[in-house]
Amino acid sequence: MADSPKAAFFDVDGTLVSTNIVHAFAFYAMNQGTIFGTALRTARTALSLPALWVLDKANRKVFNEVFYRFYEGQTEDRLRELSRELFREVLRPAIHAGTRHLLDEARRAGCRIVFVTGALDFTVEELARHLGADDLIANRMHFVQGVATGKVVPPIVEGAHKAVVIRDYCVREGIALDRSHAYSDSFSDYPMLAVVGHPAAVNPDLRLRNVARAYEWPILETTRA
Amino acid sequence: MRNPSKLARLYEATESIVTIDSGSAPRLLFSGEDLLLEDLPVGTKVIYPRPPIEGLTNVKAAIRWAINHPEESDPLHARLRPGMKVTVALDDISLPLPPMRTPDVRQQVLEVILPLLADSGVDDVHLVIAVCLHRRMTEAEMRRMVGDRIFEEFYPDRYYNHDAEDPDGLVTLGTTRHGEKVILNRRAAESDLLIYVNLNLVPMDGGHKSVGTGLTSYEGVKAHHAPGTIKKCHSYMDPARSEMHRSVDRIGRVIDEHLDVFHIETTINNRMFDGPMEFLQKREEDFTDLDRLKLAGLRATLKNLPRAAKRKLFQAVPAAYDVIAVHAGRTEPTHAKILEKSFAQYMVDVDFQADVAVMGIPFVSPYSVNSILNPLLVQVMACGYFFNFYRGKPLVKPGGTLIVTHPCSDEFDPEHHPSYIEFFHRLLPETRDSDVLQAKYEEEFARNPSYVHMYRTGHAYHGAHPFFMWYWGENGRQHLGRIIAVGADNEHVPRLMGWESAATLSEAIDMARSIHGRGAEIAMLHHPPIVMTQNLG
Repeated sequence: MADSPKAAFFDVDGTLVSTNIVHAFAFYAMNQGTIFGTALRTARTALSLPALWVLDKANRKVFNEVFYRFYEGQTEDRLRELSRELFREVLRPAIHAGTRHLLDEARRAGCRIVFVTGALDFTVEELARHLGADDLIANRMHFVQGVATGKVVPPIVEGAHKAVVIRDYCVREGIALDRSHAYSDSFSDYPMLAVVGHPAAVNPDLRLRNVARAYEWPILETTRA
Repeated sequence: MRNPSKLARLYEATESIVTIDSGSAPRLLFSGEDLLLEDLPVGTKVIYPRPPIEGLTNVKAAIRWAINHPEESDPLHARLRPGMKVTVALDDISLPLPPMRTPDVRQQVLEVILPLLADSGVDDVHLVIAVCLHRRMTEAEMRRMVGDRIFEEFYPDRYYNHDAEDPDGLVTLGTTRHGEKVILNRRAAESDLLIYVNLNLVPMDGGHKSVGTGLTSYEGVKAHHAPGTIKKCHSYMDPARSEMHRSVDRIGRVIDEHLDVFHIETTINNRMFDGPMEFLQKREEDFTDLDRLKLAGLRATLKNLPRAAKRKLFQAVPAAYDVIAVHAGRTEPTHAKILEKSFAQYMVDVDFQADVAVMGIPFVSPYSVNSILNPLLVQVMACGYFFNFYRGKPLVKPGGTLIVTHPCSDEFDPEHHPSYIEFFHRLLPETRDSDVLQAKYEEEFARNPSYVHMYRTGHAYHGAHPFFMWYWGENGRQHLGRIIAVGADNEHVPRLMGWESAATLSEAIDMARSIHGRGAEIAMLHHPPIVMTQNLG
């Protein structure tokens, strides 16, 4: 077992980049192709923000389900096309100064780099390529005849389910879970952190910082180079 | 000083070893950030530090003299030529302890050599702190070490910490005939001249250890920071009898073959306390009424303060060390001269070995400056440093008992010592065997990307450092029969380290006597300030 492969699982939003899935969605809302479309989607998004914020704090799973409905009716081509712009204009500038270091160090330690995110796959694929991730585990939008239904292909990758997804991934790929590392900024990812042998909190929120202190997990900062 | 009432008292006032009799005053022992006053059994030999050697009256003049009259080398000015690339490496904050008053001796050396470099047309100068696997010094610590003027001129582009994990920042110079890898900081290795500015606190420091250890990587340092090497050290404070120093010397000689190295070595006296704490330099017999009052006040204050505040209090008082020697030139002859002075300051001749040694563990160690003396560091102070404070025969007989006073609190600094926490709580419950720890876990910790990240971008000790701290105590553990911690505030920390616990010193002495008999010979090393024994018989 000592020589079995190991992986480093990275949450994306807040951990590697300073943005989150709402930023990505707002970008789509503001790029609807027509003035009316843009205005309508932007207004809907803006009005929904307080409710989404409350929902995010209360229940990440329900938040994701509600949130992804906002994509309903958009074409897959357009979403993918815009994802490249999203990367250039939103995600790339938001990469934390120390993210490269963190990934390089995991790679040098012989870890397979895997991003695990609740974001939709097409919104982070470019980022994963740019940062040299070996694998991406993300939510997938359900499309019917090239049009988004607003539903995510189950199971939703979030919170508690990230631990299951990681465990399944390790079994499938022959990776030693107890030799693997996980990195997140949010307490909602506690299960994903707890399931690996070497968890670490990255730029953690207050709750995760307290948990990391209690469990004596390393606390890393990537906001500085 | 009180007038000696009898001849024995006169002897005590001038000699370094005091034998406790029924009328002797209680002795002062550090117990972390607390001070204990303990009555020791009659017949206990208390070994005191030598008085501080008088400091140099003009340190800068001594530095100039040293670089103009170096050992087996041309004077520094004669080795400079316009346009050359020079790296100046500096010892880090682990020396001296506690940090000395400003101006730090490193600042004084730099204030002499940097203008000389500039006047000689040498503009490509970098100042690199030789931290090896120690934590990076903070900006404020770096400023304090070299002074505002030099800091403003060089920081951050030309004054920085060595990075032992920078994949592009290291070069392999070769291997020794024993197969030890010689890996060095690239900037230093590619310089036309490497000047090492050192501060010898104890005889373990300096010489080839400065460059060979300070500017290398985990791969480089693990050659000698290994259980096998440590077991063959008798002791670290006696480089001629230390396997680690033999390994470091082999590495250093390879470095000297590849690089032009000019050492500027300095050493200091043992004037650790000054001002309101000056009485801590004295023997208990020499305390004046005012000293006793100060001691009572200090103990009462410490008793009522939380531990963090006590630490701040001690850390706020820099040491009043004086520079007592400066030498420069080629590595070995320069270091030999410094060692001579260091031995003269610390070594007290003894002609006995005790069954039981008593030592107070103070608030500071080389690895906890501005931080917490965590349990692993308590261990390294006891078995690594204090046990090794000898030349010749150890103060304690083989199989003897070491009694240490420290609360052994289960407290770690997550910013400075993150890997220590995992080592202590995950590995030690499984095994205390250094060879097993090395084989099974050292590499895992050394390569742990989280620890590497915290070492490179934060202020954390390297992931492998707790292993070296544990190995460091190996020769002490091998030699001693038992270690008893007095005043531990918990059961599990001493137990995890394989120690026994006692509530009071007298209880610990009774426990030791139950093994060694009523006639057990007891000795106490009265530090700080630092004192070492020399038993060459």
